[in-house]
Amino acid sequence: MRLDETDRAILNRMQDDLPLIPHPYAAIATELGIPESELLHRLSRMKEERIITRFGPFFDAAAMGGAFCLCAMAVPVENFETVLTKVNAHAEVAHNYERTHRLNMWFVLATETPEGIEATADAIERETGIEVLRFPKLQEFFIGFRVAA
Amino acid sequence: MIDAKDREIIEALQGGLPLMPAPYARVAERLGMDEDALLFRLAELKSRGVIRRIAAAPNHYKLGMTSNGMTVWDVQNDRVTELGTQIGALPFVTHCYERPRALPDWPYNLFAMVHGADRDEVEEKRAEITAILGDACRAKDILYSTRILKKTGLRLKAKG
Repeated sequence: MRLDETDRAILNRMQDDLPLIPHPYAAIATELGIPESELLHRLSRMKEERIITRFGPFFDAAAMGGAFCLCAMAVPVENFETVLTKVNAHAEVAHNYERTHRLNMWFVLATETPEGIEATADAIERETGIEVLRFPKLQEFFIGFRVAA
Repeated sequence: MIDAKDREIIEALQGGLPLMPAPYARVAERLGMDEDALLFRLAELKSRGVIRRIAAAPNHYKLGMTSNGMTVWDVQNDRVTELGTQIGALPFVTHCYERPRALPDWPYNLFAMVHGADRDEVEEKRAEITAILGDACRAKDILYSTRILKKTGLRLKAKG
């Protein structure tokens, strides 16, 4: 799917916070100078095409009393798929990426309690026999998550 | 912390906000509550930081940002806050964190995610970070992602 200028303007605007009002799409459409129906149609299409992976509230597990933790493992290449299946089977594994390093599997644990991080990481170590290095955030230098479309 | 009603609201919205003219009215109806009451609760969750923002998550790959490098740096502890703030403000850095080192294998304490159309573009951006960190940086590396193995985001477990 090719994105035209209007799609790009929508995508850029929709990465910013949406107002908490009964008709948020109408407000954004007015800002962008297009009818609400067109905005909704284009958004639906971008979602179907997976250009937008998700649209809605971003929750912070830590503010709910839970926790996030970046974890890494050095997985032998020959066992990669077996280990991957065991790691991904945990619902607490929110994102998982293969990366170019001896530590080749990097995932984020999101749990509803701080204890859940240690419990899940320990369980993965038991199940796979591989150490799970834990890199909780100490400080976040957050400005905004934006991709210019 | 969140109460049982907040939890129901979060569960109803974790899949996303409906794409229709009155999305909150629809969600409120499903939850058996008034739209006003739902909006009030959501505003409260937002003020407490439980909801960070209501927005779209774009797919970097589909937008042509196919190269994604996790740049990592060993920065002097007494300068990491000052320098992390500068790196986090760069327009091409999407996430920037201070994290603990895992010595001896992992000497890096500053992580900055850099996206680009290809590895050359990511390397150019990485060189800008190198220049900013200067002498405060003792070692560095970059880990490119070669495969997304899972991407679901936060999921609350169903509670009885």
